Amino acid sequence: MIEIVNLTKRYGTFTALDQMNLTIEKGTVFGVVGPNGAGKSTTFSILATLLAPTSGTAYIDGIDVTQNPSKIREYIGYMPDFFGVYDSLKAGEYLDFYGASYGIAPKEREVLIPQLLELVNLSSKKDTYVDSLSRGMKQRLCLARCLIHDPEILILDEPASGLDPRARVEMRDILKELKAMGKTILISSHILPELSEMCDALGVIENGQLVATGSVAAIQQQLKANKVLIVTVQNEFERAIQFFEDQPLAVDVRKTADMELQFGFNGTDEDQIRLLKEALQQSLPILSFTEEKTDLEDIFMEITKGVE
Amino acid sequence: MKALLLNPVLNKEFKLRLRSFKSYLGILIYLIVLGSIGIGFIFLTTMNARMGYFRPEESRVMFMVLSMVQLGLILFMTPGLTAGVISGERERQTLNMLLTTKQSSGSIIVGKLLSSLSFLLLIIVASLPLYSITFLFGGVAPRTILATFGLYMITILTIGSLGVMFSTLIRKTIVSMITTYGVALFLTAFTAFVAVLSIQFISMGGPTQTQNPIPYLMLMGNPAAVLMTVFEPSMQKELMKQSGISIPLWISYLFTCVFLITLSLWISISKLRPNMRVNKRRKA
Ligand SMILES: Nc1ncnc2c1ncn2[C@@H]1O[C@H](COP(=O)(O)OP(=O)(O)OP(=O)(O)O)[C@@H](O)[C@H]1O
Ligand SMILES: [Mg+2]
Repeated sequence: MIEIVNLTKRYGTFTALDQMNLTIEKGTVFGVVGPNGAGKSTTFSILATLLAPTSGTAYIDGIDVTQNPSKIREYIGYMPDFFGVYDSLKAGEYLDFYGASYGIAPKEREVLIPQLLELVNLSSKKDTYVDSLSRGMKQRLCLARCLIHDPEILILDEPASGLDPRARVEMRDILKELKAMGKTILISSHILPELSEMCDALGVIENGQLVATGSVAAIQQQLKANKVLIVTVQNEFERAIQFFEDQPLAVDVRKTADMELQFGFNGTDEDQIRLLKEALQQSLPILSFTEEKTDLEDIFMEITKGVE
Repeated sequence: MKALLLNPVLNKEFKLRLRSFKSYLGILIYLIVLGSIGIGFIFLTTMNARMGYFRPEESRVMFMVLSMVQLGLILFMTPGLTAGVISGERERQTLNMLLTTKQSSGSIIVGKLLSSLSFLLLIIVASLPLYSITFLFGGVAPRTILATFGLYMITILTIGSLGVMFSTLIRKTIVSMITTYGVALFLTAFTAFVAVLSIQFISMGGPTQTQNPIPYLMLMGNPAAVLMTVFEPSMQKELMKQSGISIPLWISYLFTCVFLITLSLWISISKLRPNMRVNKRRKA
């Protein structure tokens, strides 16, 4: 399980991550989507113990990233967004080096490496120098590298970026296999469709803030909805939730705080007035009924454009 | 020793080093430079001497010249070999992945340092046959030879550790290399210059027997000066007498080196990975 708590990162006066909170359950594939510069890599680097947060922290299996980074490293497999390889090593030797770096015994490595190469479809490339591999093969080799110490959690920063559609499908299949193995996977992309198919849940991040989370369908609906409405009631919360869930124009109704609920609304201003009237007619004890300012529409445009 | 052999970085670097054509070319060029200086020296002395053959005294001078040249080559090569070990990985974007492995910072730093230095060691060993000329003609005590090679080792370790430290602290390899060369130059040329200047300054004031510790203090980090005192013990006596410091120069040099090595390795190891805790502490 991954728990991100009030995570903040500032570079000088620039805030790259702003009080982020997020919980990812064990065994889920969680996708982080956001446009360039949103803060995806920053979040992942902190989780990978490569960057110190300005404030806040994150827990992996209950271990604090800022308190015990060396323990964290045993639990995670990290794949950076940009990475290089050691030119004059062969693919097998490349994995062997990282295996040794994780303290795996030479005999075990001998067994493990062919298995990993098999998993990422590189068995035939064991004795090929890494710098002569194609981009897609390097990405897959790097993925195999993340797996060498059999980590529970994978943190993959844009593993499919720069790949052609076929290579992307290959990558997707491997990730599905890893999901079936029960790994918790945190994966990022700046385009939604790339992730929507394989993720259990998504988080949309923009300007260092998480602007939407939930299932893929919920996110898509939420992003497509014209606006987000927030309603607080004095009591009778259950009845209020039920009422809004029954509305055809309301999508993804959920509880956001005690006595507070939020949903995406796909109607016009007139529809909104009608909705409020109806709610009052049902004598729901409504304290407030407000529209949240979001630019989800823009973000949606940003993260869905230009794919396939 | 077993732990060292199992050091993954050391292991990998050896593999890379032995595969690279540049390594062999480096050794070849090194031997050619050193060899031609040795042969040139023999040629010049035998041409000037009417007798036309090589005597122990000349053999001794040749050893001194070769050793000085070798020291110069070592001082020149060490920064180049070590000042890019960490920043180079950062530039090639392989550092992040190395840092997320379980390998400790100490193991990475020491592995990097020793793998670069073992290449230098290989070069020095490869140069030994050249010295056989001086063994052949005599004139040099085995003790002097041992002391010379001991001096090489400690000097390599010191400059190498400084190089690794700058490579850890500075993002760009070029800047790190220039800084390391700067420090090497400071330790050799600058300190010698100040020492000479201060000796001249004192002697200008007439034959008064004032004590002047500046030359000694300046030279206690200077490998070239220490090598000179190995050849000419009288120089060491003079230096000790003038400064009033009764510790032999090479011992002071050893301490300077151990201090620099410890300090730079400690800084490298603690700065390799970010201090994840830094903010918590500031808050508390
Ligand atoms: N070392 C740094 N110094 C200053 N600003 C930085 C630094 N690293 C990142 N930033 C800024 O922090 C913000 C978030 O960067 P980050 O790399 O996390 O974005 P991202 O979501 O991964 O984007 P991309 O999709 O382009 O990979 C960006 O605006 C970036 O300019
Ligand atoms: Mg990024």
